[in-house]
Amino acid sequence: MNGVHDMGGMDGFGKVEPEPNEPMFHTRWESRVLAMVRAMGAAGAFNIDTSRFYREALPPHVYLSSSYYKKWLLGLEDMLIAKGFVGKAEVEKGHALEPAKPLKRGKFTVNDVERIMARGKFGRAAQAPAKFKAGDRVRARNIHPATHTRLPRYVRGHLGVIERDHGVQVFPDSAAIEAGENPQWLYTVVFDGAELWGADADPTVKISIDAFEPYLEPA
Amino acid sequence: MELRVRALETVLSEKGYVDPAALDAIVQAYETKIGPHNGARVVAKAWADPDFKRALLEDATRAVGTLGHVSRVGDHLVAVENTPQRHNMVVCTLCSCYPWEMLGLPPVWYKAAPYRSRAVKDPRGVLKDFGVSLPKETEVRVWDSTAETRFLVLPMRPKGTDGWSEEQLAELVTRDSMIGTGFPKTPGARS
Repeated sequence: MNGVHDMGGMDGFGKVEPEPNEPMFHTRWESRVLAMVRAMGAAGAFNIDTSRFYREALPPHVYLSSSYYKKWLLGLEDMLIAKGFVGKAEVEKGHALEPAKPLKRGKFTVNDVERIMARGKFGRAAQAPAKFKAGDRVRARNIHPATHTRLPRYVRGHLGVIERDHGVQVFPDSAAIEAGENPQWLYTVVFDGAELWGADADPTVKISIDAFEPYLEPA
Repeated sequence: MELRVRALETVLSEKGYVDPAALDAIVQAYETKIGPHNGARVVAKAWADPDFKRALLEDATRAVGTLGHVSRVGDHLVAVENTPQRHNMVVCTLCSCYPWEMLGLPPVWYKAAPYRSRAVKDPRGVLKDFGVSLPKETEVRVWDSTAETRFLVLPMRPKGTDGWSEEQLAELVTRDSMIGTGFPKTPGARS
């Protein structure tokens, strides 16, 4: 979706301000939100792409004015309500009022913690031969799906070169809307700064994205 | 926020979805097991051991997997090498993708709009915000983490470190040097 989360190339957000000796969490609730998202995801309530989609779908003014973990909380609430795991009234009351809905992998317990500390695997078997190889010139398609996509706006319609092939992986555009994993070839595609930002761009800059095959066409 | 978060946690616990003790354990695991010390050991080993460096640049997931002391790394880790000709910098313009196992949880600035919006358009300007400047002919390569690939920058080994042990070298490796928004510490400089 063409949301405010897709920020690459936007102006006006000001300077980057690193915080000296930044703590891992600024308040206790931030750590609880992180833990709830990880636990409910691991228990099978949603996949990582769906959780990203719910955060992106927050109203633009909310997205831009909320801290990182507040966005995580709001996205989590919306997602659990939409999927029927909790009711709106329950969230407001802070107590269970209705029977639970079964989780795909059951209740998340202490025994499950170690498993989530290693990253998931997203590689899948190829469904078809790769259309592109390193060195091929490609154009990022001019597409504007209203649902989740990982093709940022700032590259759409632009010419790049395939640099690496990462094999076949879960396609976020499908997984996010629970339309199956629909695995696709994934490539690193590199663009010249001037191709993306015009003739005045810094000539020493190159930018790459990791692009799934459906995002690309031969050029 | 505290109350709202507690309310949701109570609901999830009362409905039998999560054991609150498991949430405690997750937080504890993040606080103790992951962090930039993992990435620093990988970088230091690459500086000290040319065979490991070659293996790391070829397949970082496999190479890091051979180091028993680093917490288990997931698939799709890619290490990118800084050279005098090329400086690498990592961003996630769409959200906050970051190599957690190598660097820990990302800092607030990495997840915030100023960095995410500008890193791909004006990387040298962003580096200036960090007090970093590069020679004007150096290529700046920005890696936007738009899929599940995770990128670790292998910074250049500081001069004056000949004969140093991996443990000594690891002390010089900063988190920002592995994101590409900083350099390693130089020997003798105050941290």
